Amino acid sequence: MNPRPDPDELLKQLQAEEPSRGKLKIFLGYAAGVGKTFAMLEAAHQRQQQGVDVVIGYVETHDREDTEALVHGLEVLPLRQIDYREIKLPELNTDEVIKRHPELVLVDEFAHTNAPGSRHPKRYLDVEDILDAGIDVYTTLNVQHLESMNDVVAQVTGVVVRETVPDKVLDDASEIEVIDLPPDELLNRLKEGKVYVPEQAKRAIEKFFRKGNLSALREMSLRRAAERVDNQMRNYMRTRAIQGPWAVAERLLVCVSASPLSEKLVRTTRRLSDELNAEWFAVHVNLTSKPELNPANVERAAKTMQLAEELGARIRTLAGRSIPEAVLAYAKKHNVTKIVVGKPIRPRWMEMLSGSIVDQLIDTSGDIDIYVINEQPDLKPTKIPEELRPHQPYWRYILALGLVACVTIIGHFIHTRLEPVNLVMLYLVSTVAAAVYLGRGPALLTSVMSVLAFDFFLVPPYLTFAVSDTQYFITFIGLFLVSIVVSSLTARTQEQADAAIQREAHTSALYTLGRDLTSANDLKQVAEIVITHISEVFGRDVAIFLPENGKLKMFASTMDYTPDANEMAVATWSFEHDQPAGVGTDTLPAVSLRCQPLRTSRGQIGVLGIHPKEAGKFLSPDQRQTFNAFANQAALAVERASLAERARQAELLQATEKLQTALLNSISHDLRTPLVSITGALSSLREESLNINQEDRNSLLETAYGEAERLNRLVGNLLNMTRLEANAIHLRLEPSDIQDAIGAALDQLEERLGKKPIVVTIPEGLPLVSLDFALFGQALVNVIDNAVKYSPKDTQIDVDVTQTDKDISIQIKDRGIGIPEDDLDRVFDKFFRVSRPESVTGTGLGLAISKGIIEAQGGKIHAALREGGGTVITITLPKVK
Amino acid sequence: MTVLGLKVLVVDDEIAIQRFLRVALNGQGFIVSEAITGQAALQSITINRPDLVILDLGLPDMDGIEVTRRMREWSKVPIIILSVREQEDDKIAALDAGADDYLTKPFGMGELLARIRTVMRRQSNGNSEPVFSVGVLVVDLANRLVKIKEEEVQLTPTEYDILRSLVNNAGKVLTNHQLLKLVWGEGYDDLHILRVNVSNLRHKLEPDPSRPTYIHTEPGVGYRLKM
Repeated sequence: MNPRPDPDELLKQLQAEEPSRGKLKIFLGYAAGVGKTFAMLEAAHQRQQQGVDVVIGYVETHDREDTEALVHGLEVLPLRQIDYREIKLPELNTDEVIKRHPELVLVDEFAHTNAPGSRHPKRYLDVEDILDAGIDVYTTLNVQHLESMNDVVAQVTGVVVRETVPDKVLDDASEIEVIDLPPDELLNRLKEGKVYVPEQAKRAIEKFFRKGNLSALREMSLRRAAERVDNQMRNYMRTRAIQGPWAVAERLLVCVSASPLSEKLVRTTRRLSDELNAEWFAVHVNLTSKPELNPANVERAAKTMQLAEELGARIRTLAGRSIPEAVLAYAKKHNVTKIVVGKPIRPRWMEMLSGSIVDQLIDTSGDIDIYVINEQPDLKPTKIPEELRPHQPYWRYILALGLVACVTIIGHFIHTRLEPVNLVMLYLVSTVAAAVYLGRGPALLTSVMSVLAFDFFLVPPYLTFAVSDTQYFITFIGLFLVSIVVSSLTARTQEQADAAIQREAHTSALYTLGRDLTSANDLKQVAEIVITHISEVFGRDVAIFLPENGKLKMFASTMDYTPDANEMAVATWSFEHDQPAGVGTDTLPAVSLRCQPLRTSRGQIGVLGIHPKEAGKFLSPDQRQTFNAFANQAALAVERASLAERARQAELLQATEKLQTALLNSISHDLRTPLVSITGALSSLREESLNINQEDRNSLLETAYGEAERLNRLVGNLLNMTRLEANAIHLRLEPSDIQDAIGAALDQLEERLGKKPIVVTIPEGLPLVSLDFALFGQALVNVIDNAVKYSPKDTQIDVDVTQTDKDISIQIKDRGIGIPEDDLDRVFDKFFRVSRPESVTGTGLGLAISKGIIEAQGGKIHAALREGGGTVITITLPKVK
Repeated sequence: MTVLGLKVLVVDDEIAIQRFLRVALNGQGFIVSEAITGQAALQSITINRPDLVILDLGLPDMDGIEVTRRMREWSKVPIIILSVREQEDDKIAALDAGADDYLTKPFGMGELLARIRTVMRRQSNGNSEPVFSVGVLVVDLANRLVKIKEEEVQLTPTEYDILRSLVNNAGKVLTNHQLLKLVWGEGYDDLHILRVNVSNLRHKLEPDPSRPTYIHTEPGVGYRLKM
């Protein structure tokens, strides 16, 4: 052992000491009546006297006077009444406790199973919630309710305890107080009637309360507590690097199979590991040569592995060609010292045929000890849930019979021409066909029926099972064996192919989801894609919940599906606790929505909910796996989209800021410049001392007037831009003549055009277009004005109108300096001005306004370079609206 | 045309605008009176009987369009609207209410004086002139004859009606609505047919229909015949 403090241990220690989570104290007893509740209440009173805020969340006094007396003086929180089959069952009100938020809450009967319809099936899960909220909890527990003690207790006392809690909670408890009472005294108390015994269970209880039982249970509780103390001592020594008395650390490994008996193996290994204070592993091997196809078995193995994890094992599913090889390879890699396997329950002859796993393990284990545990068949047979059974309708069997009948009829017609032995081939073919198309059962039926039919109809003497020639027995046996082997081989191949197809379907569903998601660029699209895919694959309603201002809200869902309040509550719970909830989970299983938290490396970001269209249809384990995979994909996509959204917003914000700065700069410059000229001209004229001659006076006045007009245009543009951006422009669409619009625009520009040649070309028979005539005119004015501004004085401007079936194009072509190619798209941006020539003034708003106006009417505008120099601005308007 | 001694009422609440209008109009020989509110303007009309009203739409007490409407209830005095409102809806509303012309602020004094002259000329001529001519276009209302450069132009009855309406209101903007009412009668509101007919009319009269010289379009408002 490394004398240095183990960092992992330190971390664990720290986590256990973490102040944010509440502390759990368990009053551990070995039977009812030892005084756990009493001790807990007494301790609570003591704490209260120390000034701690103590409330009672749930205490069962069983009407015992001394216990009830202790309840007085403590605040009792109201219970939750759960309606169940017309009776009200009082349950711990977890929400109330968390809302009240005392320092310490008393919750009796830790292992209690909640009434159906509660949030959690077990009370200890409620307690977890309370602890998570940072509230300390006192609770009571009997040792037989511990998961790992479950079967031992059943063996010793003959009573199977159904209410169990995982051993982990005991390990996680900050403090344990063993409430001990010698069995004799307890029996006395029972006789005196001081122990609460439910009337209906009186006899069973009396059987349970035998001295032998009680002594055994008492020992168990004391040992369990001692083990824990031992653990704590070891932990303490380990974190402080004190060399311990312990030997080389043991590591245990348990082999989990699909057998229902594996559970017991797991429990045994847990106890063994406790005693040895050893780390332990649970390993399940998937054979690549013979994959497990029965969904019930897959489910059971997964469940056992889950149990192992709950009991503290490190679990691992391996893939390999043989179980011993895979297990030993893993064991050696992880320095396992002991392997626990179950004693085979298969008949001996099968062991001899296929080789015993245990024997192989023992032969090849080397240093590793092999513990073989006797697996007692469980009393209760594990029932395969209805929906998990392979689907085998009866018609397949009928078809199989038909097949045999057909072959027999054909055989009947040709058996005169063929040796009967050759007819066997026909039966073999039918068996193979049945195996391929109808499945294993029908194929077996075909095999049997083939032999019988062959004998009855085609082997002389006919129509009797008697056989004249004994050599036919060889044929029968041959036919039977071959068809059995062929059919089972074929059926297995078929099943494997089916399973492969299923996996393939899931993989390809995942793949298409992934592919489609890459094309989505915002959250809404991502949500839509996820929902469509999942609802398609599972045939269910799907909803995505995302937090908004700290509260979970439904973001998107399949059409016609809106989660009700209960389903919202499940989703919220799932989000807050980062755990699956709803049907098929431990939390609120009565609600039919199954919620899976969407989790990424940055924490949970939402919840994915799936809701069966018909009640009572659950996901199969396979589907559940696929569903989880989908959820993972969805989580990543949602995160990516929301990150992208955030980036976009940041970018937008930046752009807006830049724009505002540009706007202020531009406006202050553009507004001031004309004012400077106007003020300058007018003040010069006012100054009598200047002695300005008439000619200069006129020139000054012209300047002032021109600048005032420029200022007016600028203000007009700014107003238009503001209106466009605020969507305050109200379109007045009317049938408009394009020629008229061009004429009106040129009319408005008359002064600015001067003698500049403008050539308008318009085809005959141009239809009217629905436009806001005045606004469109404004757009044209801006474009033509720009062409005038940026081209030499005497060059011609062409306005060409052309039409196609769908639209009308207006091209305004100048012979100006042109626009740098990179800027072609940007000329329509606000405040963008082509950097040359210096003399041209403007705000860079004109084209932006034109674009805004034209796009508002469903048109398009773009700029291009003109052949031979200059610019072409093309406005395209749709003919039909 | 002489305006000497003609009375003009300027209704505007901006003192600066009042001041330069007074200077300019006095310089032209008008006798200028002023009103700052709509109520004062209506009173002034009854008392002073001006020959012309220059009216701002944004008055402190009531909207200029409402003032126009009330004046039109009993007076035919020419009204020229001056306004910063450049939306077509406002122009149409003012013209439909009975205003003779509409000028958007800011405006050049030359432009205003030209509009005043047009309005006053129409006022003094009335609608009685039987032959109208501008440039090479001659419209003989008495004989229903239209000539360009002495050559007769064949117009459809609708085209002629449009032209006649424009001639009767030469220099004044006729809103689309007014024109439709004059030509097709009340309740007819098909802009489409008006546009097509105006377009046809232009092709017959104008040397270059893309840059009309006689029939001008007031974008979004209506048409005006040059005079």
